[in-house]
Amino acid sequence: MTEDKDRNETPQGQAAEERGDYVTHAKSIGSWLFSLDHKRIGMLYAVTVAIAFLLGGVFALLVRAELLSPGEDFLSAQSYNQMFSLHGIVMVFGFIIPAIPGFLGNFLLPLHLGAKDVAFPRLNLASYYLYLLGVALILVAMVAGSVDTGWTFYTPYSARTGPSVLFLTMAVFIAGFASIFTGINFIVTVHKMRAPGMTWNRLPLFVWSIYSTSIVQVLATPVLGITVLLLFLERLLHIGIFDPALGGDPILFQHFFWFYSHPAVYIMILPGFGIVSELIATFSRQRIYGYMAIALSSVAIALLGFLVWGHHMFVAGQSVVSSVIFSLITYLIGIPSGIKVFNWIATMYKGSISFKTPMLYALSFLVLFTIGGVTGIMVGVLAVDVHLHDTYYVVGHFHYVMVGGTTIALLGGLHYWWPKITGRLYSEAAGRLAALLVFVGLNLTFFTQLVMGSRGMPRRYNDYLPEFTFLHQLSTVGSWIMGAGLFLVAIYLLVSLFRGKKAGANPWGGATLEWTHTGPRPDPHNFHRTPFVTRGPYEFDRIPELVAAHRDEPPPDAQPDVHLNQDRT
Amino acid sequence: MTGSFWLPDGASTLSPDIDSLFYFVTWASIILFAGVAAAIVYLAYRYRRRPGAVPARVKPSKIVEISWVVLPTILVLVVFNWGFRLFIEQSVAPPNAYEIYARGAMWKWDFEYPTGTVSTNELHVPVDRPVRLVMSSEDVLHSFFVPAFRVKQDVLPDRYSSVWFEATRVDTFQVFCTEYCGAGHSIMLASVITHSQGDFEAWLASAGVDEDTPLPELGAQLYQQQACFACHSLDGTAVIGPSFAGLYGKTETLDDGSTALVDDDYLRESIVDPGAKIVEGYQNVMQPYAGLSDRELSALIAFIREQE
Repeated sequence: MTEDKDRNETPQGQAAEERGDYVTHAKSIGSWLFSLDHKRIGMLYAVTVAIAFLLGGVFALLVRAELLSPGEDFLSAQSYNQMFSLHGIVMVFGFIIPAIPGFLGNFLLPLHLGAKDVAFPRLNLASYYLYLLGVALILVAMVAGSVDTGWTFYTPYSARTGPSVLFLTMAVFIAGFASIFTGINFIVTVHKMRAPGMTWNRLPLFVWSIYSTSIVQVLATPVLGITVLLLFLERLLHIGIFDPALGGDPILFQHFFWFYSHPAVYIMILPGFGIVSELIATFSRQRIYGYMAIALSSVAIALLGFLVWGHHMFVAGQSVVSSVIFSLITYLIGIPSGIKVFNWIATMYKGSISFKTPMLYALSFLVLFTIGGVTGIMVGVLAVDVHLHDTYYVVGHFHYVMVGGTTIALLGGLHYWWPKITGRLYSEAAGRLAALLVFVGLNLTFFTQLVMGSRGMPRRYNDYLPEFTFLHQLSTVGSWIMGAGLFLVAIYLLVSLFRGKKAGANPWGGATLEWTHTGPRPDPHNFHRTPFVTRGPYEFDRIPELVAAHRDEPPPDAQPDVHLNQDRT
Repeated sequence: MTGSFWLPDGASTLSPDIDSLFYFVTWASIILFAGVAAAIVYLAYRYRRRPGAVPARVKPSKIVEISWVVLPTILVLVVFNWGFRLFIEQSVAPPNAYEIYARGAMWKWDFEYPTGTVSTNELHVPVDRPVRLVMSSEDVLHSFFVPAFRVKQDVLPDRYSSVWFEATRVDTFQVFCTEYCGAGHSIMLASVITHSQGDFEAWLASAGVDEDTPLPELGAQLYQQQACFACHSLDGTAVIGPSFAGLYGKTETLDDGSTALVDDDYLRESIVDPGAKIVEGYQNVMQPYAGLSDRELSALIAFIREQE
């Protein structure tokens, strides 16, 4: 399909096939735990991230269950506060920040670039263990006792509450380094490890999004590290930095915190953008409309993302002038996100659209992210935010972005690359049912939160006025539907792992290198020979097999066993 | 529930303008969303995969791309400008505003009027007159939020922040604390009670020291007003502090292992200096209630003595 030049041709090409793929070539536990292979490290992340997601999800379900009726039901106020704090902390630092870069980013980045591995494989493994240590410390803090500060650790409350908040800040500090190292590694990889012919405008959009994410990780995370370190020192040595009782300034903490945590929102969502670009292109079998617009808008978001943190503080006590400036820049950052959505939709134009499970997630993403985006514009309106700030409207808004955006994109990516990762197919019917359940549950959960928030329901309340009962109940029922959908996903993917039908090398008809140049599961060193790239990532009309398949019926995704790569390995 | 689907009934001079802006953004969002959804559905159906159909190559149109950059930019700048002008109005109180000091503490609100009167968890204000609250906190961050007035402002320790509003009708409105402040955050509630100008003057003249109410009854009122219920139950369940049920006359084990008999002196000390003796199993989190008068302290002790 591509006019590959057989560079680096060696006799080892044949031998490699007998060594087995990246899963089968070595089987000991040590060969997984200490692997330097980016694909295996990606799997370590996948397992850890999945455990964090399960924990965070259970906390969320408990929070929602407590809110089923007003008053204290089965959690005391103190336990409820710990529960929502743990939900936030585990989801943000354990799941949503590392999930896509750590799992899919690791697995795919070298494959997408036509490289053998990331630039610094040892650093990559070290990042994983730092992240694991961070998650472990979060668990220690849970066992050790009460952390009830919310994920934001606002002072002076965080200076007064139980001592295990120290454990948590250390956990965040350490996990932060994992993020920084991964970012550096990926930036260098993109710059230095691209295969011959893989020019910047032939990079898959997933790579562009991971690249932008990495920039933010490297530039923003140190500020978080310094902030939690200062918090730690203040608590231990009583140096007044943030606590007014010691002469510190609590608003300074908020500035520092959001200087990291707003760009962190883009660490969370940008990789999702990348996945959605891949899904929409492949399942529409169409070149991405406005490739450069999507690629550069990711970079623009990454850079502008550093200049909007103050929109979290319109009513916190910062100056009116600051609020006005932050509001203006906030609108400017909405534009690149809008450009992306319009381009994705336009990509479907004159395509050939298949509604496999990953595409259902991509379409869900477009709908849900649009809601997340327009509600984001709403909370950026200065005068209106005064009313909406710290209510459930904000909770609904960022869950539409984080769950409706990132998590849905991750699910789509998980289904899309599942055959490449495991070499197996999952039940398409179960996949579609689960996608539907998640979509319905998610909207029921979070749309009701938008409504109760604008009606005045504050966030982080374990008890509420009777007038909000009905909306809270709808939201809780929604969380059950979403939970059921997600458990269904876990079940059929586990079944597929052991009993799934064997997948071909390119079951969806993808045009990026991992589909066209590797086997059903990639080899330990990815490519037998370094690919020579002569086309862009979405030129489906230049893949002879796909063109041929279009002439004959049925289309290729009905015949999963097209071994496109056999002739060139 | 009163109010519309999205918003509670407004009751301040600024609320109609803020609501208009809210609805403008909501409707613009709904139209945009409908457009996006319709485009997705149409394209998904029109170009669904069919045997033999080959996707046609599409050359991106410059005009289309520029238009979907420029049009949303114009729209959001309109919204920004509108929000900006209202925000200035919200932020600057009229010079003739009536000033009341508000103090947030875990987990209650005190309001002090120019006459020296203090009310707890009830803010009394006149209608049709701008009121400016000058606020500070005794401990951690709190936030003063009245949904009906569409106002909110964080309250900080050791510094002042302010918020203003002008109520437009006589009624009682809900106040929420909207900055997370610990176990009692969701019961840190208060009301704004609006009066006509004459009624407000009358209220202000009559409000003050209570010499007539019997002590236990006054104690019961204080138990509500001072939000003692946030931490001390009357039914024996341990919340954040020990329950008042059966407390009087009991011998408590303290966290240093010694014991103390709960009598009048013990209770008084525990109210004005809660850190002096901590019952085993509880945290030292209670604020000193030093502002209570002798009669109020006696009333609370009498009330606690009655709980069996």
